[in-house]
Amino acid sequence: MSSNNRKKLLLMGRSGSGKSSMRSIIFSNYSAFDTRRLGATIDVEHSHLRFLGNMTLNLWDCGGQDVFMENYFTQQKDHIFQMVQVLIHVFDVESKDVLKDVDIFTRALKQLKKYSPDAKIFVLVHKMDLVQLDKRTELFDIMMRKLKQASAEYGFNDLVGFPTSIWDESLYKAWSQIVCSLIPNMNTYNNNLKRLKELMDAKEIVLFEKTTFLVISSSNTASGELLDPKRFEKISNIMKNFKHSTTKLKSSFNTLVLSDLIYVTELSTNMMCFIVLNNNTYPKEFVLQNLHQAQTYFQ
Amino acid sequence: MDNNTVDASKATILLMGLRRGGKSSICKVVFHNMQPLDTLYLESTTSPTQEHFSTLIDLAVMELPGQLNYFEPNYESEQLFKSVGALVYVIDSQDEYLNALTNLAMIIEYAKNVNPYLNIEVLIHKVDGLTEDFKMDIQRDIMQRIGDELLDLGIEGIQLSFYLTSIFDHSIYEAFSRIVQKLIPELPFLENMLDNLVQHSKLEKCFLLDINSKIYVSTDSSPVDIQTYEVCAEFVDVTIDLQDLYKGKLQNSNNKDGTDMKSVSVLNNGVVIYLKQMIRGLALVTLMRPDDTDIEARLTVMDYNVDIFKRGLEKIWEKSKLISNSQDNDDNKDNCEHVAPMTNGNASATY
Repeated sequence: MSSNNRKKLLLMGRSGSGKSSMRSIIFSNYSAFDTRRLGATIDVEHSHLRFLGNMTLNLWDCGGQDVFMENYFTQQKDHIFQMVQVLIHVFDVESKDVLKDVDIFTRALKQLKKYSPDAKIFVLVHKMDLVQLDKRTELFDIMMRKLKQASAEYGFNDLVGFPTSIWDESLYKAWSQIVCSLIPNMNTYNNNLKRLKELMDAKEIVLFEKTTFLVISSSNTASGELLDPKRFEKISNIMKNFKHSTTKLKSSFNTLVLSDLIYVTELSTNMMCFIVLNNNTYPKEFVLQNLHQAQTYFQ
Repeated sequence: MDNNTVDASKATILLMGLRRGGKSSICKVVFHNMQPLDTLYLESTTSPTQEHFSTLIDLAVMELPGQLNYFEPNYESEQLFKSVGALVYVIDSQDEYLNALTNLAMIIEYAKNVNPYLNIEVLIHKVDGLTEDFKMDIQRDIMQRIGDELLDLGIEGIQLSFYLTSIFDHSIYEAFSRIVQKLIPELPFLENMLDNLVQHSKLEKCFLLDINSKIYVSTDSSPVDIQTYEVCAEFVDVTIDLQDLYKGKLQNSNNKDGTDMKSVSVLNNGVVIYLKQMIRGLALVTLMRPDDTDIEARLTVMDYNVDIFKRGLEKIWEKSKLISNSQDNDDNKDNCEHVAPMTNGNASATY
């Protein structure tokens, strides 16, 4: 078991905060409605997900009821908190007992400091859809300030937080960034993508992971054009739906070409790329051949 | 409805049924793209509503609230039934339907007197909650009972079509597709043209879909597999959604023919889905399986053939406008050399 390719992700948070729901949506193709069916998680649910071919995500979905929590911090602590790469802590924005939430967060940090001090910490302030639109940023800032204070005490200074909701694209955005932080050669991808974009005379190129359709990397011209800022997550959603519908033909899709301008195709065995060209004068074979050639740079 | 011309009346669909049968939900889901779950919050309809919607033909869907009594003398039921082309009766399969059947039989008796050319379609609705066997039982039971009812009233020789439908899957779209198709006078030509296209481009299946409502106006004469239809309908969605995201860009660029939308997707098992926008909010979606031959060559041939098909469609549309102005479709019908047989997966019965 090489620790390099196996990443242990702890998913923690109080009972009912939405941990299993988000896991099912991102990794098991659930729709937001389907998550109603999910019951409470008992103890720890492990899932092993292959990501980008050679990386395995070991996701530990830790049931959040107080009894289990107590167990994690006492009897099972060396089992749970060892060799953790990422802790994802979910906070319910509507929670009645914020102090207790924070208390559990700090207890987790304390164990983490002891067993795996190099872990990255992400906090998701979840169920943001329940808060009024104009109050969201304010509330999020307050929460983050408090949590940053708490985490600094334990030496985790670079705490990253996201406001999320399963009802819009924010969830994809948060998870994309979490997963990206685990990819070691991110910069290579970014640079190669930039070069590819110039070579192909493209407006925009986005790289997606093949199974989850999480955004890995993207490049865009800074021409200041008014584009939907949530478009990546929307693309994720649309393509996931399409993938789902092609299973009815007992297959998965290989390429999609829209008006000779938008190309969606496989770039490597575990990546899809989404390209918007500047104009549609290039023949299709030419574009696809170019992409084929580019594959070697994205292995 | 007095001012309706005879021709416009041909494309009116009358939606009837007992209260809480699901008529408004059907309307909203099929013609207004409402999410099926949102229909829970719809209020009960209290007055007749009419909605227009335009595909290859102009269509009007009229919805009558279930609690109205149509046989009161002050209600203009005679006018009403004379002016419509199809009567769609919605039966709630999860409820006691005996009352609905009596009601339906009475309506049929009345309507057939007024308008003998009326298409009568029965939707056995809300079947999503039933098991596969039970669906068949209910359909058989309903067909049996309605036959008895009509026999009691002494009516014979009436053609009824039955559809098992639910708003939670594509069955309602399929049913409406078939209902709308019966109202299109040009249907035989369309089918003939599509058959030609299938033959010459070696397609597996092709649909002429309405982009907004996803019902299919026409298809080739091979049997319709509901899954294939679902994939095609969803492919239209994918194309439109992606197109919308980059709308500004697509318009700025030197797009050859402005509004025309085209998308091609190759699947891993060799199937190619091909979509091209046609006239009047329609799109042609085809499936092909180019096993041995070069995909690119096939697509080029496809492009050429589809262009010809589109020109043909434009011609038909112009003709039909002329004809509808002179209010006479019969001449045109004689020109059709052979009519492709309609394949009907759903049950229909003559009493």
